[in-house]
Amino acid sequence: MRGKNIFATRWGIIGVGAAIGILAAFLQKLGNPANMGICVACFERDIAGALGLHRAEVVQYLRPEIVGFVLGSFVAAYLAREFRPRVGSAPIVRFVLGAFAMIGALVFLGCPWRAALRLAGGDGNALVGLAGLTFGIWIGTLFLKKGYNLGRSQATHTAVGWVMPLIMLGFLALLLISPQPEGQAKSEFLFYSLKGPGAAHAPLAISLAIGLGIGILAQRSRFCTMGAIRDGLLFGHVHLLSGFISLILFAFLTNLLLGQFHPGFTGQPIAHDQHVWNFAGMTLAGLAFALAGGCPGRQLFLAGEGDGDAAVFVLGMIVGAGFAHNFGLASSPNGIGPHGMAAVAVGLTVCLLIGLTMRNKNA
Amino acid sequence: MTTMVDARGLSCPQPVIMALDEMKKEDNRELVVLVDTDTSKENVSRAATSQGWQVSEVSEEGGGYRITVRKG
Repeated sequence: MRGKNIFATRWGIIGVGAAIGILAAFLQKLGNPANMGICVACFERDIAGALGLHRAEVVQYLRPEIVGFVLGSFVAAYLAREFRPRVGSAPIVRFVLGAFAMIGALVFLGCPWRAALRLAGGDGNALVGLAGLTFGIWIGTLFLKKGYNLGRSQATHTAVGWVMPLIMLGFLALLLISPQPEGQAKSEFLFYSLKGPGAAHAPLAISLAIGLGIGILAQRSRFCTMGAIRDGLLFGHVHLLSGFISLILFAFLTNLLLGQFHPGFTGQPIAHDQHVWNFAGMTLAGLAFALAGGCPGRQLFLAGEGDGDAAVFVLGMIVGAGFAHNFGLASSPNGIGPHGMAAVAVGLTVCLLIGLTMRNKNA
Repeated sequence: MTTMVDARGLSCPQPVIMALDEMKKEDNRELVVLVDTDTSKENVSRAATSQGWQVSEVSEEGGGYRITVRKG
């Protein structure tokens, strides 16, 4: 047996949450969008835009933080001898869950990571989003108690586990060889934003370095925002929750120091105040994350340590972002999109059917 | 008697649910839980400790872990 993993202790997870909170707030100071230092869903949506999977001009940037998350986890898993290539636990279902998780998150305008950062920046609407997230995860725990599972994964070829890290390396290569031409929205291979959140970003090297650092820390600590709430509801366990609360607290304190804390419900950056749909969007996202066994960050870290099913979930999220912006499902600061309500209704129906029909196959 | 829980290949939080279900049964005094990731190993060990059980042995087996827990 190998030595004890200090990052997986109570103080370890609290330290990792604190580091993520502080670094996210600093990323905002260094250029990332307000209350969006690190938003996994938003940044994957920006990647979808950079690749032209949607053409929402204000959200196109191949975010290096996401690349860093996967590659950091990949390196950490190898160093700790924890890289375990595995695949085969209902990947098509995980793809669909990823797509609807993204659609729900884009109705709220943020994943659980951004909900935490929005709260830490004073956006009261985040409380509604977090309540919806908790409700969605609670529905997921009901299915888990009834025996819901997506079946077992199987060990597979090492090269299978390398696919997602290699895709991320490819993305990084595109970003390096095809940078944004001054004042233009398209380079040879990638789309960029000239205004809006997609044009707001910290310097590439800093974003990448912080992404790598968080990828390493999160792989070691198993940091998961959805798991934090799920384990509390399901078992009364507060281990992961202490990391999530630490993230919110330290992001809040850093925002105070940097003058980035502005309390209120209206006029918050990249947010709307349609409470019902903030709640419902995050209910859908929370349920989808719970059914898939991890928050969007955790899915990236799992993909980095060889989990091919988590990698499929990530691809589902990126494709879901394409759907969300191509078909008017995503919200904007002006409110929900023209088809946001229908998308949430369809998503919840699909997730409920998945929860109801996939049980005890291999348990 | 030792009860065996095979949680290999299952994602979070199934290994913990399966282990806790067995720990809650009055007759069970010792469990062997098979998992295939370090995360599951840590989660099952932590859950056992929270129930007042003791982790008596963790060994590597077949690319995963064999965790033996006993009622404290």
